[in-house]
Amino acid sequence: MAGIFDVFLLEAVLNGLLFGGILALLALGLNLIFGVIDVVWICYAELVMLGMYTVYFLFSVYGFPLVVAFAVAIALVAALGALLHWLVIRPVLASEPINQLLVTGGVLFFLQAAATVAFGIDFRNLGLSLPSLVVGEIYLPWSRIFAAATALLAMLGVWLFLRRTFLGTAIRAISQDRQIMPLMGVDPDRLYLLTSAIGGGLAGLGACLLVLQYDVHPAIGLSFGPITFMICVMGGLGNLVGGFFAAFLFAQFISVGGFFFHVEWGYVMAFVFFVVVMFWRPQGLFASSGR
Amino acid sequence: MDLWAPIGIALVLAIVPLATTIGEYHLHLLILMLLWGFVYTSWSVMGRFGLVSLGHGAFLGIGAYGVTLLWNHFGLSPWLGAPLSIAAAALFALVIGWPCFRFRITGHYFALVTLAATEIVRLVIVALRDLTGGSLGMTPRTALAEGPVSLWALQFAAKEVWFYIALLVWLGGVFVWRAVDRSMLRYALEAAGQDEDAAASIGVDVTRAKLTITLLSAVMTAAGGVFYAQYQLYIAPETVSGIGISLQIVFAVIAGGMFVQLGPTVGAVFTLALSESLRVAIGHTIPSLDGLIYGFLLVLFIIYMPRGILGQAIALAQRRRLVPATG
Repeated sequence: MAGIFDVFLLEAVLNGLLFGGILALLALGLNLIFGVIDVVWICYAELVMLGMYTVYFLFSVYGFPLVVAFAVAIALVAALGALLHWLVIRPVLASEPINQLLVTGGVLFFLQAAATVAFGIDFRNLGLSLPSLVVGEIYLPWSRIFAAATALLAMLGVWLFLRRTFLGTAIRAISQDRQIMPLMGVDPDRLYLLTSAIGGGLAGLGACLLVLQYDVHPAIGLSFGPITFMICVMGGLGNLVGGFFAAFLFAQFISVGGFFFHVEWGYVMAFVFFVVVMFWRPQGLFASSGR
Repeated sequence: MDLWAPIGIALVLAIVPLATTIGEYHLHLLILMLLWGFVYTSWSVMGRFGLVSLGHGAFLGIGAYGVTLLWNHFGLSPWLGAPLSIAAAALFALVIGWPCFRFRITGHYFALVTLAATEIVRLVIVALRDLTGGSLGMTPRTALAEGPVSLWALQFAAKEVWFYIALLVWLGGVFVWRAVDRSMLRYALEAAGQDEDAAASIGVDVTRAKLTITLLSAVMTAAGGVFYAQYQLYIAPETVSGIGISLQIVFAVIAGGMFVQLGPTVGAVFTLALSESLRVAIGHTIPSLDGLIYGFLLVLFIIYMPRGILGQAIALAQRRRLVPATG
């Protein structure tokens, strides 16, 4: 093995940073939903999968422009998020927390099987090959740079929405006290629905960015879902900023670990790190002591 | 009823291969129902106390791969390999469980930590592809070339032998469930499940109680993995470890009924009957149709019938019995 300060290692680190941007976007959606509604969507990555199929079919099969395909995918997954909340989460909101976790697991099975029934198990891709940015000996695919930049912009947008708008303030308020806010004349059902739609929209955006880089197939959710949960938990469930940093940490483990060993070992190390962190700081790595 | 219902079922099943001309295929289905019924029962031993593990694929995988690896690479008989791999699963349960319970990781967090644990096992199996065959899976070296029975390799050509083994394993599982149900441990864990501080204040060693039940459940699940590998003679990372199988275990138990002795078994019968009847009715033209219906039913179950099929049936029967008495 070459020296530590290897060009290829630098490339792995930079690719990890770009990958972290997308993971952070996915974690943001999941964290937002958890922070406000107090449920974990186990099927979150399956919504991403449906978004990827939407882009694939609109762009590659029906020949719509990519921008239109992206817009439709984001809108569709946002609608699916709201539908998921209305049909599946709302009936179990009052029951035991673990039921809420498991019910979305049922949705995971359903969506994965539905995709297999509808689209088969083939791997599909857009057939686009964007060039790479070449700096010296380092190759960085433009699709990854674009994805990470878009993800950062989207996160900034969500942050501004939560901080600067009336609705955003209402969402932050209800995440702080679910009992009091209804007494202040706020309709929690509407806010939950709105949050679910935003969370779904972020999943849809994640789908658009992922489909540029990865093949889509019915089981792809299983390769992104677990990492996203680990990131959210490590950052402190519901802690948007913690999830942001945890995503980059995780991506480095996978990218650099995969560089030194094999890509599976990168994941193994990331998961082991997660378990160790849970024992060391069960509230999450970046949890504030107050909550 | 807890005692006699399983024995009665076992006795009736035991004469099936003797009295009828049941084909290989139906016998195979019965064996799978019994083996999975055992694994699901193993999960519910701890799951019923609110210790919802999404990581039992880890124990199943360690059991199945442990025994097969030791046999294939070291020629170690499953008679030795099984205790070793079950011990390895117990050690893994200890390493994950002790800090979890010590630091009071419960609910969502516990579920997600165990989810990470099962993914670690799956990825390690895939990554060690030189030893394990990676995603392609592996087959225990056959010992059936010399004759139909190899006690040393724990391989039997005849399905009937496996049927009786599976029946005994399953019966053992439901009796462990009953023993836990009647133990002090149950009351300790139920108390801890409602309020850990209150339980600790009356002298329940919460960490120890949770660890005990977790070890028991892990050991049983790993044993299930051993029997599964020895019976199927083919294992793959996805079928014995990882998220998919872990969720399958949890959901079959929910469908059958988490809080009644035979609920997990009903879950095994229900899920297998559903997928097989769909396969027979429709064939392979529509893949995953069973998963579609299954996922849909699960959502309905959790929303409208969280006690599961058997749990709900027993509750209805008891209510009917109570109505004339009170009225």
